[in-house]
Amino acid sequence: MKISELINEELLVTNLEVNDQWDVFKVLFEKLFKNGYVKETFLEGIINREKSYPTGLLLGKNNVAIPHTDAEHVLKPAIALATLARPVIFRNMANPQEEVPVKIVFMLALNSPHSQVEMLQQLVSLFQNDDILNQILNVKGGDEVIEIIKNAAL
Amino acid sequence: MDKKKSERKVVLVACGTGIATSTVVAERVKKIIDDNGINADVIQCKMSEVTSKESGADLLVTTSILPRSFSIPVVNAMGYLTGIGTENIDKEILKYLKD
Repeated sequence: MKISELINEELLVTNLEVNDQWDVFKVLFEKLFKNGYVKETFLEGIINREKSYPTGLLLGKNNVAIPHTDAEHVLKPAIALATLARPVIFRNMANPQEEVPVKIVFMLALNSPHSQVEMLQQLVSLFQNDDILNQILNVKGGDEVIEIIKNAAL
Repeated sequence: MDKKKSERKVVLVACGTGIATSTVVAERVKKIIDDNGINADVIQCKMSEVTSKESGADLLVTTSILPRSFSIPVVNAMGYLTGIGTENIDKEILKYLKD
């Protein structure tokens, strides 16, 4: 399964104005929940996980975060994506003492790790490609994000 | 009890939920094992499950914070996600598995 099969326009929000990571979680959870991808318990799962094991990735220029939680909260796999008008602070996955200003949030609804290997590997390739992250940050609408991801040779 | 050199080694690959980043890391570790003809198994799990599996394992590879110290060697594999220093991580993992 590829990223492009898990992401769609109803799960995308660009240039989102929020004050903190918890607001981003609410917005992306609402999209996943409303469209039938996750259970109502997913949000609490995301918040608890983030507090004990943060998901900010310090990449350099364009930092990302990948909030996710246990499979039991997920109905069908999907990725919800937000680009942020202003970076919000996450904690670094590798070192929670460290703050990471994040510009793009990928909320992952995963229900089985092994079937999603290819997608996760693509996602990691995406994180390591600063050009594509820049393109995603500079789009006007969500449909363009999907085009960029589809066209990227990941 | 000393382990024989021919014995199959066990690598734990752990992250917070045992579902996302550990999947990427586990695939990479499996490839290192295959490419180098090493006799080892990879077990993917949550960080919280490491306690119950630690005694039967030889190495812990993780992208996550370490809640405590461990009785087995630990390799930080965050670089597999960020793309920084990936070859050094490969070498470090190999070093422990070839011992």
